[in-house]
Amino acid sequence: MLEIRGLRHDYAGRTVLSVPSWDVAKGDASLVLGPSGSGKTTLLNAIAGLATPTAGSIRVAGREVTGLAPAARDAFRARHVGLVLQTLHLIGVVSVRENLRLAQRLAGSPVDDARIDEVLASLGIAGLGGARAGNISVGEAQRVAIARAVVNRPSLILADEPTSALDDANCAKALALLLDQAAACGATLLVATHDNRIRGRFERRLEL
Amino acid sequence: MRILHLAFAYLASRPLLTALNVAMLALGVATISFLLVVTHQAEERLTRDAKSVDLVVGAKGSPLQLILSTVFHADVPTGNIGLEESRPIAANPMVASATPVALGDSFHGHRIVGTDESFLALYDARIAQGRMFAAEMEAIVGADVARREGLAVGAKLTGAHGLAASGPAHGDHPYQVVGVLAPTGTVADRLVITSVESVWHVHEEHAPARPEITALLLRYRTPLAAAMLPRAINATTAMQAASPAYESARLLDLVGVGVETLQWFAIVLMASAALSLFVALNSALQERRYDLALLRTLGARPAALAALTLAEGVTLLLAGAILGFALGHGAAHALGWWLAEAASWPVTGLAWAPGEAVLAAAVLAIGALTCLVPAWQAYFSDPASLLARR
Ligand SMILES: Nc1ncnc2c1ncn2[C@@H]1O[C@H](COP(=O)(O)OP(=O)(O)O)[C@@H](O)[C@H]1O
Ligand SMILES: [Mg+2]
Repeated sequence: MLEIRGLRHDYAGRTVLSVPSWDVAKGDASLVLGPSGSGKTTLLNAIAGLATPTAGSIRVAGREVTGLAPAARDAFRARHVGLVLQTLHLIGVVSVRENLRLAQRLAGSPVDDARIDEVLASLGIAGLGGARAGNISVGEAQRVAIARAVVNRPSLILADEPTSALDDANCAKALALLLDQAAACGATLLVATHDNRIRGRFERRLEL
Repeated sequence: MRILHLAFAYLASRPLLTALNVAMLALGVATISFLLVVTHQAEERLTRDAKSVDLVVGAKGSPLQLILSTVFHADVPTGNIGLEESRPIAANPMVASATPVALGDSFHGHRIVGTDESFLALYDARIAQGRMFAAEMEAIVGADVARREGLAVGAKLTGAHGLAASGPAHGDHPYQVVGVLAPTGTVADRLVITSVESVWHVHEEHAPARPEITALLLRYRTPLAAAMLPRAINATTAMQAASPAYESARLLDLVGVGVETLQWFAIVLMASAALSLFVALNSALQERRYDLALLRTLGARPAALAALTLAEGVTLLLAGAILGFALGHGAAHALGWWLAEAASWPVTGLAWAPGEAVLAAAVLAIGALTCLVPAWQAYFSDPASLLARR
């Protein structure tokens, strides 16, 4: 599913990320572990095609991401990659449902409210669709962020520090939800974290 | 499109700032459009009324006052001239037509003009109903007078002394309305027209020994007359000759200075509106950096982010411009109503002034420039570095 070869990312001549070789099989859940500043976010950005690495190759489902033209990269990300950002950021001025609809429209699919309801229900927030995204609690936002990442049934889910800000109980719950949802749509899951509490949950790890 | 939906959501999420931006733009546009509409109509009206008469011969005094009183019917006359003295001028071979006017009375604020048949020719006025006055104390009324006062053929009206609405009445000398004029779009619409003899008749008791008129309205037979007649009259007679075209141009110049000052004021208003729009869009952009980065992670193209920012600015701009034009024209129309009460200039808010197309283009151009900078920034924002910084 994911093949990385000779990947390097420099900022102003300083190498902040170097991954000689890494493979992830389809449907696997893997951890990218490393302290703050070790290049975890840089790696996820490169895989998602949000940043172009200095050198190396990243193949997702057989497609060379670094070689895609900008428009093709944006389209590829919209259709095949689901991102959960560390900040859980939602667009606060519209409803939860509208946040998910935006994800659908930007992926080029028609708005599918049945799918939205299904995802919200499976995350235990069935009644939240009409709420203004700026007014919900952190725990709810966590789930909405996961819902948004999976609503288009991506083949690859990238989660950046999804648990770092949570207490132990919520950390375990959020991780369980993420693993469930990834499994439900058969997606490959990559979790980047410096949170040692969750390292035991993953068999496959990349240490940076 | 969902991007547009999002732009509206952003605007609705800060209603006060949105309203402020729209209001500032609207005030600037409204002020300029009001000035354009009113001055354009005033100019048009002045030129139309002035072009019927080439030269006015009246009593010495302010030439502007002479023109205002005898052509625009808006001021008191400078005095009277003797009918006998005026005859040689009317007979001058360079004069195509000479129309006497005798002023002094009014009916509910509409001036009663003693004149002859040639007066109607000056304004291309046609009798729509009834006939021309013939006997003494017969009168015809302009279209506006008939409509406003509900006058028709057969009605009687009594003049009041003086040109204000509230002079003492000449109750013992009523006029008989024998005709109503078709609308001309000129000052003739607002007049009561009768014979010079009727005006004399009303004022018989305090009439001077020799018959007098207020002025003579001349039309030239030859352009050469413009160079010779005024100078000859002013130099060799006790009367004064004044050109309506020249005096109305002078008047417009005088008014123009005031209008220009107001226009500069409105331009400053617009500039500050543009500035506030820019500040609002820019701070919104800063607040929303993370939203934009998020949209990129969801697959939005840079152009979509620029479009989002543009849509917000353009919505504010259009709302401000539309509201501004509505306010400007509404104010002009209200002024028209108010002036109609005072029976002078007809002003309408329902017509466009030619300058307004330029105004609309300028507003859109300034607004587009204002929105373009934030849109540009949105286009080139880099989501990767924003996400890595957290
Ligand atoms: N846009 C950028 N410009 C310069 N340096 C950057 C930029 N983004 C990240 N870095 C640097 O790259 C390194 C890795 O950052 P990051 O990938 O965010 O690490 P992590 O997510 O593991 O905390 C850090 O030292 C960071 O300062
Ligand atoms: Mg990071």
